[in-house]
Amino acid sequence: MGKVIMTVDDSTSVRQMVSFTLGDAGYEIVQAADGKDALDKIGDSTTVDMLITDLNMPNLDGIELIKNVRSQQRHKFIPILMLTTESQEAKKQQGKTAGASGWIVKPFSAEQLVDVVRRLLK
Amino acid sequence: MDRNQETFIEEAKELLTDLEDALLAIENAPQDMELVGRIFRAMHTIKGSSALFGFETIASFTHKLETAFDLVREGKVSVTPELITLTLASRDQIYALLELAIKGEDPDQTLAAKGDEILRKLQGLVPAVADANCVPKKAAESKPQIGTAGQSPILYRIHFKPPDNIYLRGLDPLNLIQELGEIGDEEYVVHDDESSVRSGEEKDLCRAVYDILLLTAQPVDAIRDVFIFVEEDSVLQIDRLYDAAPFEKEKWQPLIEALRHSIDVPVSSLITLIKEPQQSQTQEKNNSTGSAPSGRHQTTQSIKVPSERLDKLVNLVGELVTVQARLTMAAATLSDPTLTQIAEEVETLISELRDNAMSIRMVPIGTTFARFRRLVRDLSLELGKEIQLVTEGEDTELDKTVIERLGDPLVHLIRNSIDHGIETPDKREAAGKPRMGTIRLSAAHSGTNVNVSISDDGIGFDIEAIRLKAVMQDLIGPDARPTEQELLNCVFLPGFSTAKEVTSVSGRGVGMDVVRRSIEELGGKIEIANNQGRGSSITLKLPLTLAIIEGLLVKVSADLFVLPLSAIKECVELPPPSTRRGSGGQLINVRGEIVPYVRLRDYFRMTAEDPAIEYVVIAEVESKRYGFAVDEILGDQQVVIKSLGRTYKDVKGISGATILGDGTVALIVDLPPLISVAERERDQLVKMETQKYK
Repeated sequence: MGKVIMTVDDSTSVRQMVSFTLGDAGYEIVQAADGKDALDKIGDSTTVDMLITDLNMPNLDGIELIKNVRSQQRHKFIPILMLTTESQEAKKQQGKTAGASGWIVKPFSAEQLVDVVRRLLK
Repeated sequence: MDRNQETFIEEAKELLTDLEDALLAIENAPQDMELVGRIFRAMHTIKGSSALFGFETIASFTHKLETAFDLVREGKVSVTPELITLTLASRDQIYALLELAIKGEDPDQTLAAKGDEILRKLQGLVPAVADANCVPKKAAESKPQIGTAGQSPILYRIHFKPPDNIYLRGLDPLNLIQELGEIGDEEYVVHDDESSVRSGEEKDLCRAVYDILLLTAQPVDAIRDVFIFVEEDSVLQIDRLYDAAPFEKEKWQPLIEALRHSIDVPVSSLITLIKEPQQSQTQEKNNSTGSAPSGRHQTTQSIKVPSERLDKLVNLVGELVTVQARLTMAAATLSDPTLTQIAEEVETLISELRDNAMSIRMVPIGTTFARFRRLVRDLSLELGKEIQLVTEGEDTELDKTVIERLGDPLVHLIRNSIDHGIETPDKREAAGKPRMGTIRLSAAHSGTNVNVSISDDGIGFDIEAIRLKAVMQDLIGPDARPTEQELLNCVFLPGFSTAKEVTSVSGRGVGMDVVRRSIEELGGKIEIANNQGRGSSITLKLPLTLAIIEGLLVKVSADLFVLPLSAIKECVELPPPSTRRGSGGQLINVRGEIVPYVRLRDYFRMTAEDPAIEYVVIAEVESKRYGFAVDEILGDQQVVIKSLGRTYKDVKGISGATILGDGTVALIVDLPPLISVAERERDQLVKMETQKYK
């Protein structure tokens, strides 16, 4: 069984890109459409090994999601990767404070994504 | 185009629709931060994803737009009608760029110029847009490769104090050090602050300081890159110790000892230690390789499917329904209880499967309604009218194809309402109406139909003008006293327009006749209700789905035909030829009403001998009744429509075929062409009657 990575993004295409890329790299992917969806799914699914989240999302944004996931005992130390854009410096800082492990700036290539995920999931 | 790009384009179009929606909504609520957030998010996602999937033109255009709305979000720029108009134009621009992207083309000069124009205007409104940098190009190639040739390795000392919360950020300092091991040889000592016993939340904090020796040919940037996610919050010092010759790990021991001894050994003393080597000791390096996770599995919560696949599914279900009918028949013939039971179970399952497959094709009509907000807004601005669009029943579901084909007729009807229906604010005021006109677009279920109606509180149809026009076009005699409904139906005739002047909006080109034809092609009906001076309302009665219809199965000679049941009112026996009225004209008296009819065997030129008794199926189309004479009426039946293919697509009077339970083929009769034959009969009657009274 590969490690389980949850990708949280309100953009289907980004979710799909992340899923395909990491799926091909051998990870098991769970998708969530926004922060709330992610929490619901984390709530009833088994433990997630890593979270990849967009920051700007409806219902519950990335920062709140990170805070919430971090506050859960079993996800206290999992890697959380933020997908950011260059214009989101402030958000990125908030994300770090909330407990994000790292970030990858859009646009990124499939290789870069796999590389970062490998690094964080050691 | 790869699968990701396709998904992106599909998604971007949805986002643009949402963007449009939000923009139109914000016009009435400029302070609504929720809407601003929605607008921003749509732009942000389009920008991010388009860059991600290599559509840089779209990304850089959207980026500027996003910059403007970021300021709106921060309350630095307010939402004005100008901004909305411009943003809507931008939305169209992005749409156009997407369309080109699908074809793999670059924008031509006109489009590029249009984009520049929009941005220039946007810059006029929000100067900060000018400063917005272009978004980064498609991801540049990633970090330098390990083991660059031709560089001799350098020994570094890395002093690293991670942020306290490093564990709570899902990171481990030891992982970072291990990563350093991937770009060179590494050895470290850790100084852990254990002076106080930590408990509670303190436990999760990191107080350690690391001193690392690294021998690598990689540039310093590659080292920093390892710490990229924590560098800003850490103490990170990288010093070059030695580069004269490779300083192998075997010689490191004194350095390690020194580092272990003190938390802050000066670089100079380390360098001294290198230059005056002492006894060294070989150390095993603990080299663990990160194994790639195995197993390939993806879970998806919802999926998008190309509509062709859906059509295929529905088609297959249609075939299945046919086969199942045969099974049921066979079971009845063989009267084997086991087989009958199986047949019944299969029937239940298939009917469930059919409903299910059909429901996949059903989409809420709200998506279509949304595009009209834009239409109403733009047109009313252009015409100097104040109009609000009220929509109801957006959740009403209709077959996807019906919805797709409903768009143009609806556009036409709404344009008509805006142009001819709703008066200018001043006129409205003079007539004692509110300055703002209302167009109501609603959808509701009604049996197996969905009624979509467009009503306005405008001036309504001018019955007298219609009458004059009808007389002028020789549609009615000057003395005729047609009912209001009959006059209203005139507007559906080709070339009939009461518009006094041709505006850019309506009054030329396609008319209501085209609207009616498209609705009828969908198996629907169109009705007008008028309240002169107060408004009018047009109702479209549409079938829920196109794939299956309720039909009346009839027999003519040896062939089977299906008439769409939706139009059929009753069936009567055709009187024997001797009592038929008219000179060759085919008319039948149904309880005092003269109804023109067409014999299918005449229309389809069937030469078989006439049966003893014929029946007439009476259908009502556009409030007029027509008859269709057949040999035998077999009963009503749900039929799955099959296309006859390209060869027969132009055959008039037949809209498709269906396969019956026993495998025989029945043709589905398309009523309008037959009706026009019947119409001629009626005209002939009218002429005859007129002559009689002259």
